[in-house]
Amino acid sequence: MEIITKKNRTRWQFKMTPARGIMLFLALAALAVVVVRLIFGLGATTNLNDQWPWGLWISFDVLLGVALAGGGYGVALVVYVLRRDRFYPIARTAMLTSLLGYVIVVLGLLIEVGQWFYFWKPFVSWGHASVLFEVFWCISMYTVIQFIEFGEIGTKKIFRGAHKYIKKAMPVLLIIGIALPTLHQSSLGELFYIMVGKVDPLWWSPLLPVFFLLSSFFVGAGMIIVESRLSERAVGHKVETSVFRGLAKISGGVMILYLILKIGDMAVRGTFANAFAFDLQSVLFLCEIVFGCLIPIIIAFSSLGKTRNGLLWFGILTVSGVVLNRFNVLFTGMGGYLNRFGGSYFPAWTEFIVSLGLVSMACLAYLFVVENFNVLGHKSDKAKKEEQVEIKIYPSTATYEQAGK
Amino acid sequence: MAKAVLVDIPKCVGCGGCSVACKLWNELDWDPYGNMKTPKDTAEEPNNGLWPEEWTSINQYDLDKDGETVRRYVKTQCLHCEDPACASACFSKAIQKLPEGPVVYNQDLCVGCRYCMLACPFDMLRYEWQKAIPGIRKCQMCPTRVANNMEPACTSVCPTGALKFGERDELLAEAKAIIKENGYIDKVFGEEEVGGTSWLYISDTPFEEMRFRTDVTTRPLPSYTDKYMKATPIVGVGWAAVLAGLYVYNNKDKDPLD
Repeated sequence: MEIITKKNRTRWQFKMTPARGIMLFLALAALAVVVVRLIFGLGATTNLNDQWPWGLWISFDVLLGVALAGGGYGVALVVYVLRRDRFYPIARTAMLTSLLGYVIVVLGLLIEVGQWFYFWKPFVSWGHASVLFEVFWCISMYTVIQFIEFGEIGTKKIFRGAHKYIKKAMPVLLIIGIALPTLHQSSLGELFYIMVGKVDPLWWSPLLPVFFLLSSFFVGAGMIIVESRLSERAVGHKVETSVFRGLAKISGGVMILYLILKIGDMAVRGTFANAFAFDLQSVLFLCEIVFGCLIPIIIAFSSLGKTRNGLLWFGILTVSGVVLNRFNVLFTGMGGYLNRFGGSYFPAWTEFIVSLGLVSMACLAYLFVVENFNVLGHKSDKAKKEEQVEIKIYPSTATYEQAGK
Repeated sequence: MAKAVLVDIPKCVGCGGCSVACKLWNELDWDPYGNMKTPKDTAEEPNNGLWPEEWTSINQYDLDKDGETVRRYVKTQCLHCEDPACASACFSKAIQKLPEGPVVYNQDLCVGCRYCMLACPFDMLRYEWQKAIPGIRKCQMCPTRVANNMEPACTSVCPTGALKFGERDELLAEAKAIIKENGYIDKVFGEEEVGGTSWLYISDTPFEEMRFRTDVTTRPLPSYTDKYMKATPIVGVGWAAVLAGLYVYNNKDKDPLD
C-alpha cells in the first residue's frame, strides 16, 4: 500500500458508545485500584497469601493473556512464512490483537510483581537457569518486535519517514516474531515442571511445554473468529466464512495432534484412573478435553463448520477450553496441594476489577487503532477506503448500540 | 566445606531459645501480629508458623507412640537445599546457594515474581504482603556467622543438643549412629530429599505425622528444567533458521504481501 494522504493533517477519531463507556469506566476503575496497589501493596488489593503466591492476575493476565494473544504468531507463520494468502485479510487484525494482548500482559505483570521498579533486573542479573528468565526475555523482546511490526502500518499515518526502513526489516522481524513466542509459549508450561509433586498429575507432565505451545497455536483461530465477529458488529468489517473455516481446519488438525499426545502421555504416566475418578479435578479435566477440544474438532471437520454460527461456536468453545486449561493448571491442579493444611484463595473484587479493566483497555485500544489506522481493509483503494470506513462505522455502531440496549 | 545442622527431634524440649536467638541476631519484630501463639497453634497454621518476621517456628505435635502419647517439637525453617529449586527458579539471581551451605536472598536483585515460593519443595518462603515494597523473607542460616566459622544464632543457644552444627558428612554419620543407638526411624530427613538439604532431621516418630513432606523426590529439582533451559537457545536459533528457509522458499515466485 502507498502512503495514504497528501498534505492534509493527520485526523484522529474515536466514537463513544454505551459499550465503550462501560469499558472506559472499567479501565478507570482498574487504574484506581492500581494506584492503591502501588501505594499500599499487594496485601491491600489482593487475596494472595503465602500458600497462594500466584493468583488471578498471573493466571488471567499472563498465562491466559499470552495464550489468547497467541493468534498473532500463528497467523504470521501461516500467512507470511507459509504464504497461505487466503488468510491475509485477517493477518493484520490478528497481529494487532496480539500486540495489544502483550501490552496488557506486560502492564499486568508490572503491577503483579512486588518490586515493579526492579522489573529490569533480569536484564542485568541473569538467572539463566530459570524458565521464567526465558519467558521474561522472550515476552519483552517480542512485545518490542510487535511494536515495530505494527510500525509498518503505523508509519503510513505518522512518522512516515521510517516506513521504508521498517518495510525492509519486516522479513527479519516476522521470523524473530514467530521464533520468540514459540519459545515462551512452551516455557509458560515448563514453569510448572519444577513444582514436582505439587501439580495434579492430570496436568503435570514432561510434555507441559508441548501442550502449552500447541494450545496457544490452536486457540489462535478461535480467538480470531470470536474477535472478528465482535469487531464485525463494532466496526462493520466482515471476514469471509471460508477464511474462518480454513482457520478452524488448521486449528482442528493441531487439536487432533494435541489430543493424541495428551492420551499418549496419560497412557505412559498411567493417569486414566485420575481422569475418570469424577472428582473435581477429573470433571474439570474432562470438560477441558471434551468441550475445548473434542467438540471443536467435530465442528471443524463436519458440516457444522460451514456456517458462521457453527464456526463462532468453534471459536467460543476453543477459547473457553484454553481458558479452563490455564486456570486448571494453576488453581485446580495446585489446589489440592496448596490447600492441604487449610490454605485458601479466592480473588478479591479488586483483582477482578483490574483484570476486567485491562481487557477493557485492550478492547478500547483495538477499536481506536482499527478506526484510525489501515488495519482492516487492505486491498481497497486508499481514498475510497477512507470514505468507506467513515461511512460504515457510524451506522453499524448505531445498530450495535441499539442491539446493546 | 558445606556446613549443616542436625536436628535431633526427640531431644528438643520446646524452650524456644533458638527462635529468640534468631529474632535477636536478625533483628526481627517480636510480635508484629499482636497475638501470642503456642507451638501447638503454629503447628496447625497453613504456613507452618512461618511469617515474614518469624523465620523459624517451633511446632508441637502430640503423637501416638507404642500406645502412649508423646510430645514432639519440630524446629521449622528453610532447609537450605544442596541444589535449591528457589535459586534455580529465580530469574534475577536474587537467591543464591553459598558454598558454605546457606541459601541466601538479596532483595536488591528481587523483582518480586514469587516463582521461588511455588518452586520451593517445602513451602518455606514467605512474602511481605502487607508492605508497599515487599521482599521474600526466610531463614538465611546466618551466612555472615557461618562464613566466619561461627554457628548460626539458633544452634548456638540450644541447651539440649537437639540442634547440632557441623560438617554435613560428619553430621550424617553421627545421625546414623544416633538412629541405631536409640532405635529411631531409619531415615535422615534431608539426606536425599530433593538431592539433599543442609538441615537434617532424625526422629523416633513418623516424619509424615509432623508435616514433613516425605513424598518428595530424591532428584534435585533444578535438574527437571536445566536440560530444557540448555536446549532453548539452540532450539530457538534452529527454529528461526527453519522459518527463514521456509520464508525464502515460499516467497520465491510470489509477489510480496503488501
